[in-house]
Amino acid sequence: MGARIERQKNILDYTLAALLRRKRKNAVLVLVYTLIVFLLASVVFFSRSLQREAADLLQGAPEMIVQRQVAGRHELIPLAYLEKIKKIRGVQAARGRLWGYYYDPVVGANYTLLVPESREVAPGTMAVGEGLARLRLSAVGDDIEFRTHDGSLKELKIARIFPAELGLVSSDLVLVAEEDFRGLFGMPRELVTDLAVQVRNPKELPTIAYKIAEALPDTRQILREEILRTYDAVFNWRGGILIAILSGSVLAFILLAWDKASGMSMEERREIGVLKAIGWETADVIQMKCWEGLAISLTAFLPGVLLAYAHVALTSAGLFEPVLKGWAVLYPHFSIKPYLDVSQVAALFFLAVVPYTVATIIPSWRAAIVDPDAVMR
Amino acid sequence: MLGVVFIRNAVERNGPDPARQARRELVQRHGLTDLCLFTEARYTRHPSQADFHAPFQDSPLALEYFPSGSLMPPPPALKKNHGRPD
Repeated sequence: MGARIERQKNILDYTLAALLRRKRKNAVLVLVYTLIVFLLASVVFFSRSLQREAADLLQGAPEMIVQRQVAGRHELIPLAYLEKIKKIRGVQAARGRLWGYYYDPVVGANYTLLVPESREVAPGTMAVGEGLARLRLSAVGDDIEFRTHDGSLKELKIARIFPAELGLVSSDLVLVAEEDFRGLFGMPRELVTDLAVQVRNPKELPTIAYKIAEALPDTRQILREEILRTYDAVFNWRGGILIAILSGSVLAFILLAWDKASGMSMEERREIGVLKAIGWETADVIQMKCWEGLAISLTAFLPGVLLAYAHVALTSAGLFEPVLKGWAVLYPHFSIKPYLDVSQVAALFFLAVVPYTVATIIPSWRAAIVDPDAVMR
Repeated sequence: MLGVVFIRNAVERNGPDPARQARRELVQRHGLTDLCLFTEARYTRHPSQADFHAPFQDSPLALEYFPSGSLMPPPPALKKNHGRPD
């Protein structure tokens, strides 16, 4: 056993010395490799963190939203629909929600206006998200002008600014009183944006949704479970932005591994020939190459993962901001805690370390089984 | 070092997080349905509330033109089968 460990130590010693002999080439290789791991790991950590955050926060979303649809589009819903919904057995409460969008031509950003149920905002005032205050360079006590549906101007005073740590859910949010909301958009009193329904037993949600669909055929029901599934899909590694970024990294990595697997340099072949000539066996050469692959991939993997963690934890994946921002003028400044789990790191390990290590073994085996005399010539 | 990061992450995750608690309360109090990530269009600001034809709301042939719309997939609920077209 001791001799075996000693043998492996000697092989590892030789491997590290061989790697140091080709310092520059290996340094470039490790740098590119680290970058790929960093990018992959950043995407995985960031998306997983947002996924967890969404799953956690949106547990508080309404159990069911009922929207009215006209010609395939979301329309305002009459408050009279509430009575029909409340009559359905199992419905505990139902209320109308008032919310909408306002395009601010001054800064070119869209705001989400919402009327709180609790009447916590006095008429003529508003509570705004940090993004809006940042964009309009406003503070508590400042007035902001809104253009109403008939072209007149309406001033609302900022009574409160949501703290920056709430940015992920409130950056563009404007809480206004009902009379201000209706006055701004000219919305009749008998209409609301949609309805929020609460049921006695959550297990009955699909049945109640079906009954509402039957009683009100022009409506669409959105369950909280569907909201959660939406965010699960948006930040799932198989979808959207993630696949766009991941595919680039994976392709670059495949290229790297393919280049390594497709052959070895003449110098490396000669080295193997010399080793075999002085008594190394084919198995020793393969072990040496295995150690070499592991040394390179682990040297790239560990800093890549740590840098990615720092990227998400310290800058909230700041490098991805231009991609996520899209055309949005108002982009929330939010900080999220990365969510690390063993399965993520294991998946990254198998995606990054194993293929590279395996790719280095095949060409070395091909070189090791050739007659040393022929290789050296 | 990776082990230290793992332990730190686990401790942070299980410890009290006042900011997250405040976000949770805001969502619950106002019945918010979506995260504020993409604010440029209504179907990217509130993807869970988007209607069936969200990216084509200007005309049936209008192609999706918001970058975030092309980066995030449509909600799964919109892709479910609504019955045989026959």
